[in-house]
Amino acid sequence: MNLKKYLKVYAKFLHTSLASELEYKTNILIDLITAILSLIGSIFLLSIFFQNNGSIGGWEFKEALIIQGIYTILNGITNTWFNPNLTEIVKHIREGTLDFVLLKPIDSQFFISLKKINPSGFLEIMLGFFLLFFCIRINQINLNLNFLTLSLITISCSICILYSLWFFISTSTIWFVKTWNAIEVLRSFLYIGRFPLNSFSFSLRIFFSVIIPIAFITTIPSEVFLGLSQFWKILLEINIATIFLITSRKFWLFALKFYSSASS
Amino acid sequence: MISNLIYRKIFTLLRVQYSNMLEYRVEIALWAISGVIPFFMLNIWTNNNLNESINISDVMLSRYFLCAFFVRQFSVVWVVFSFEEDSLMGKVSPYLIQPLNPFFRYFAQHLAEQITRFPFALIIATFFFIYNPESIWIPNLGILFLSVLSTFLSFLIQFLVQSIVACLCFWTEKASSIERLLFIPTLFLSGLLAPVVSFPAYVKSWIYLTPFPYLIDFPANLLSGNETNISEGLSMQILWIFLLFPLFKKIWTEGTKKYTAMGS
Repeated sequence: MNLKKYLKVYAKFLHTSLASELEYKTNILIDLITAILSLIGSIFLLSIFFQNNGSIGGWEFKEALIIQGIYTILNGITNTWFNPNLTEIVKHIREGTLDFVLLKPIDSQFFISLKKINPSGFLEIMLGFFLLFFCIRINQINLNLNFLTLSLITISCSICILYSLWFFISTSTIWFVKTWNAIEVLRSFLYIGRFPLNSFSFSLRIFFSVIIPIAFITTIPSEVFLGLSQFWKILLEINIATIFLITSRKFWLFALKFYSSASS
Repeated sequence: MISNLIYRKIFTLLRVQYSNMLEYRVEIALWAISGVIPFFMLNIWTNNNLNESINISDVMLSRYFLCAFFVRQFSVVWVVFSFEEDSLMGKVSPYLIQPLNPFFRYFAQHLAEQITRFPFALIIATFFFIYNPESIWIPNLGILFLSVLSTFLSFLIQFLVQSIVACLCFWTEKASSIERLLFIPTLFLSGLLAPVVSFPAYVKSWIYLTPFPYLIDFPANLLSGNETNISEGLSMQILWIFLLFPLFKKIWTEGTKKYTAMGS
């Protein structure tokens, strides 16, 4: 794999998709307002939960805000990269244009995962970072090197898991053709990532850590922020992220064997 | 004669759309599953005994969220997304020539989808009752009729709002981002995630003047047997429909004048 070539191609991707997205400037403004309102809405919902209770599942309000911050960042990443690209797979397969992707002298997974970019997601990522900095202040978290590396590692693992989940579902389009709604199911499940895992009942906790590892995505990085995280949990998250990334790659190569282009 | 013609039109539209929808049964099943967020919320409420502070018993709250799920299932509207695609692809032009407002077509599409969705929603409800047998109840016929009516009115309000937004497609290309913006207050204020009774007083003081609580909270309270003001709720729903309908008619006539077909 030629890294330099891929970097160069990615720069071109960025250029073309930014140019086409910036044509809709008011759209970006509306998306920004949407992101802000959505954050206000979730904090409002949290405040309803906490209005008569000091803690939920062992989390105080100011601690639960960290989860919101991380969720907002991850959601911004989803809206910037995963959503625009991976919903495109469905279109490629339905209209048979995946042929053109496969013919290109470049890795097909790289191409379909990073081709497009939606700049309005950046604002959401920034919003999430603001909230996180605010949380660091109100929770009096010490910023040291150890904490920074651990949080960086766990958040990148979360991104990998999230990417793999999206990629799995989009890849299954090769068999099912229409998977818009499977993506909606994933979206609604991801919604629970806004709340601490301990606030759910035992059976749901098992479901969301063993079957669909959404629990790892926000709860473990937030625990790192609070200095509560055990070492084995971080190791587990790294393992799961690696397994998910490798299987998503294998699954893509496997699925391609079943791809028959539109007219055949 | 004329009424017979209208009747035939409605019947044909519904039949065509219903058979169209039946083709995508799996899609619709998945879509039904993606509406399970109220159950996750219920889990947080009961698992942390949050409902004690708002004086609603576990059983009543679980009925409330089940009804909220049902009301949401039968008031989901996506007309703006269909219309946006059709208008970008230039499919609106042939519809405009026909002696039938194209929104009737979308309306029939939604109704047909609801009929297809009904069995799946019932299956999900059955699972819910298996896990929560104590929350089984049978509403009396009058209440059932009124809640079906209010759910339909809620659907009408949302359909009108989205149709108004959809008509903005005549001026801007991406009206769906406005719809995504409007969806945020609908999500947080309609009672889908938390019953409106639990909202803090400073929100409750003005929220009943907006259409939001009549979209999900009111029909769900009615059906689940929680306390609600039936005549006020229904009259507010009808009032909003009377306010929105002329607005839609106006924006539609203005928009069709403005419309320039693809390639012209």
